[in-house]
Amino acid sequence: MEGKNNIYNDNKFNIRNMMNKGILSSFFSALVAVFLGLIIGFFVMLIALPANALIGFRHIIVGGLNRIGDVFYYATPILMTGLSVGFANKMGLFNIGASGQYTMGMYFALYVAFMWDLPDSIHWIVACLAGFVGGMIWGAIPGIFKAFLNVNEVITSIMFNYIGMYLVDMLIQGNSAMYVSDKTRTQYIPAEVQMPSLGIPNSNVNLGIILAILIGILLYIVLQKTIFGYELKATGFNRFASEYAGMKGKRNIIITMAIAGGLSGLGGAFGILAPSGIAGSSMTYEPINIIAPAGFNGIAVALLGNSHPIGIIFSAIFISYIQRGGTLASLAGYKPEIIDIVIAVIIYFSAFANIMNTAILGFIVRHFGKGRKSGNTLANDDIKEAE
Amino acid sequence: MGEYIIEMLNITKIFPGIVANDNITLKLKKGEIHALLGENGAGKSTLMSILFGLYQPDSGEIRKNGKVVQINNPNDANDLGIGMVHQHFKLVDIFTVLENIILGVEPNRMGFIQKEEARKKVVELSEKYGLKVDPDAYVEDITVGMQQRVEILKMLYRDNEILIFDEPTAVLTPQEIRELLQIMKGFAKEGKSILFISHKLNEIMEVADRCTVLRKGKCIGTVNVKDTTKEELSRMMVGRDISFKVDKKERKPGDVVLSVKNLNVVSKTHGKNLVKDVSFDVRAGEIVCLAGIDGNGQREIVNAITGLEKPTSGTIILCGHDITKASIRERSIRGISHIPEDRHKHGLVLDYKLEENLVLQRYWQREFQNRGFIKFDSVRKYAEKLIDKFDIRSGQGPITITRSMSGGNQQKAIIAREIDKDHELLIAVQPTRGLDVGAIEYIHKQLISRRDAGKAVLLVSLELDEVMDISDRILVIYEGEIVGELDPKTTTVEELGLYMSGAKRDNVKEINDGREE
Ligand SMILES: Nc1ncnc2c1ncn2[C@@H]1O[C@H](COP(=O)(O)OP(=O)(O)O)[C@@H](O)[C@H]1O
Ligand SMILES: [Mg+2]
Repeated sequence: MEGKNNIYNDNKFNIRNMMNKGILSSFFSALVAVFLGLIIGFFVMLIALPANALIGFRHIIVGGLNRIGDVFYYATPILMTGLSVGFANKMGLFNIGASGQYTMGMYFALYVAFMWDLPDSIHWIVACLAGFVGGMIWGAIPGIFKAFLNVNEVITSIMFNYIGMYLVDMLIQGNSAMYVSDKTRTQYIPAEVQMPSLGIPNSNVNLGIILAILIGILLYIVLQKTIFGYELKATGFNRFASEYAGMKGKRNIIITMAIAGGLSGLGGAFGILAPSGIAGSSMTYEPINIIAPAGFNGIAVALLGNSHPIGIIFSAIFISYIQRGGTLASLAGYKPEIIDIVIAVIIYFSAFANIMNTAILGFIVRHFGKGRKSGNTLANDDIKEAE
Repeated sequence: MGEYIIEMLNITKIFPGIVANDNITLKLKKGEIHALLGENGAGKSTLMSILFGLYQPDSGEIRKNGKVVQINNPNDANDLGIGMVHQHFKLVDIFTVLENIILGVEPNRMGFIQKEEARKKVVELSEKYGLKVDPDAYVEDITVGMQQRVEILKMLYRDNEILIFDEPTAVLTPQEIRELLQIMKGFAKEGKSILFISHKLNEIMEVADRCTVLRKGKCIGTVNVKDTTKEELSRMMVGRDISFKVDKKERKPGDVVLSVKNLNVVSKTHGKNLVKDVSFDVRAGEIVCLAGIDGNGQREIVNAITGLEKPTSGTIILCGHDITKASIRERSIRGISHIPEDRHKHGLVLDYKLEENLVLQRYWQREFQNRGFIKFDSVRKYAEKLIDKFDIRSGQGPITITRSMSGGNQQKAIIAREIDKDHELLIAVQPTRGLDVGAIEYIHKQLISRRDAGKAVLLVSLELDEVMDISDRILVIYEGEIVGELDPKTTTVEELGLYMSGAKRDNVKEINDGREE
């Protein structure tokens, strides 16, 4: 047994091999993507306002360091939607409906916060769970359409983004316990229902980020270690083979979409239940017919994280970090749109990351290989002809 | 010098965990047909891909007309007059035949494609060589045979003089194979040089001048085909004697394991009956072969039995249980093992590791999971056991990504999985398609071992030799109906052919009625 294993054990430490497949390669390509994105972002700044480019760029790169609390605070919702999109993607489903699920989750959480009378100690927990359920319902419906009627989930979930948003706006506006009509926003949420703060000064960062990271790790375990994860990935890779192996494809589609929806919904709950730095106030929702951007940012986060739950944790934090820095760049006279461009470029490059990765590796290997090649040819020169 | 148009000298190519080409030397004479023979995974495609610039060798050099050349990509190969028809065609489905042929070398004037000019040349070439194609048909609508002619025309259009054919006959009908071999001979007569990959010895004996044999990445030697025999070639290829005859002991069939009654399948797209009132039994300890030309309803019958598709009407009984409406999983638990026709589409999750594929039918069993968590140690141990027992070869053992394995070993993995799982009925659909003699012999042995272990085996095959050699009973299917039941011991290949082509048929009703009483 030992001897036989040797053939492949040798490869374990072969960097080239590790680069070809697996974690290192996706990590490497994400880094390349980020790096190139930053360079091009710098050029954009150079064009927009040449004189301040260096100062502005410095803000983007290190600005986030001054606001670590906020980095994590803003990372929380996009981490949840990123996990949502990434998880569905593992099964080959494109959950573009994270926004609607996010909004639904937020509404469910608000509803429990205002309408249910619960002991303080568990009120926020129940509100979060309600958010999960709200998102779950909103994710499961496109899943059901896909499973039973073979309607493309992209179409239904886009529609559900709108349906969810209008529905929530309507429900909130019609509920006087939740809505302050002359301020066009929801009431302040009582402090007891807000998420426990992590106590970092000048920041709203709260328990949500810790829970979100734990959920990311949990998803990783589900995907890597469980029967359900095995089925899910098998279906994502090859639907026909999963059917052949007797996996319940329809059931799995619905469960996956429900979980993905639940994750986004939880993101919505974390977002709205975040504590406010100002005593007596809270986060509020304004029903002004806008689709929650957190859902679309989640797609970007999932893409940069290569749909890998752990990768998504890092990419959410990274994107939030760059965004924080970006808001500081406005001190140097840059418009917030500039930073959006930089982030867009990073995402754009990450889509090409795998190609670039191979190209760069190919370059390295070729140069490295050349030297070896001539050496070997010499050594083989005296080998007799085959005929 | 000057005798060789191409020389590949001491070529070595290493993939992770495997030496695909180990110091191989191959010399191609101008105007010859040079066969490249070897088992699946021997490294034939790799060697040719190196010549075509798809891979770079780790060492060794290539010469054309005695001069060393560097082939970095297929464009370089094309500039040197080297063209290749790949094992898996590389055509753009949504383009027409003409567009595919001129792709990349479109004749243009100031950026505008001169289609008429191209069409003229294509039509000329196609007439000259008897390569019938419809220039305006879309590739997705044409037969595999025509797709191959398109690939050949692509090479001719580029004025290639060194033509590489990677297993061109694997996908063709016997008629098309004869035509292709004729066309290849024509090319050689014109002075084009041909590299012809195959593991069908008859074809090599028929057309090739010389033959180079590879085994496990090593070059075993080059022989003149005139001076050799099929037996010698196969010995060189697999390193031992191969018996072309299958050993099979007499055996009395036992109880009925599978009983199909009045099965009908109506096509969803055009409402025609794809399977018409088919009834048959398969008993324990016998191999029943469903023989027929591709597309005569075999697929639909198999899908109805395995549960991949619902039949329109009829009953399917497995070991006394009516499974007509059972789920795929339930059928699997009740004892159906299935070696599917398309190993890439159904049989394997190519992006999974070998070990993950080996438990594809069993991952949910107690042995491999505990409260929903996969028991990775058990999976690994089980995979190692199967790899050992069924001699599945791969670069990195259980953790090899299945996609990187050779076709024969992928098929072995499926067979190992399906045979090792508890089963009463083994359904094998074209289990040897595209495989070399060594692998075919192996698979036949496995099927017979199932029969001898008292299992029922239902074989679906298009290969007449296979049908005659290993089955105990032959059911011939033609246009969705069973048109004859033959005994391989008393029938001939010719007679079987007549039934398969619909030229001859017995009274089907009588066969069925007789069975039902
Ligand atoms: N791109 C690749 N990466 C890793 N291994 C490969 C690759 N291509 C081929 N191999 C391995 O190299 C060996 C030779 O393959 P191939 O040349 O396709 O064989 P043949 O064409 O003779 O059947 C096989 O073991 C195969 O698994
Ligand atoms: Mg090959």
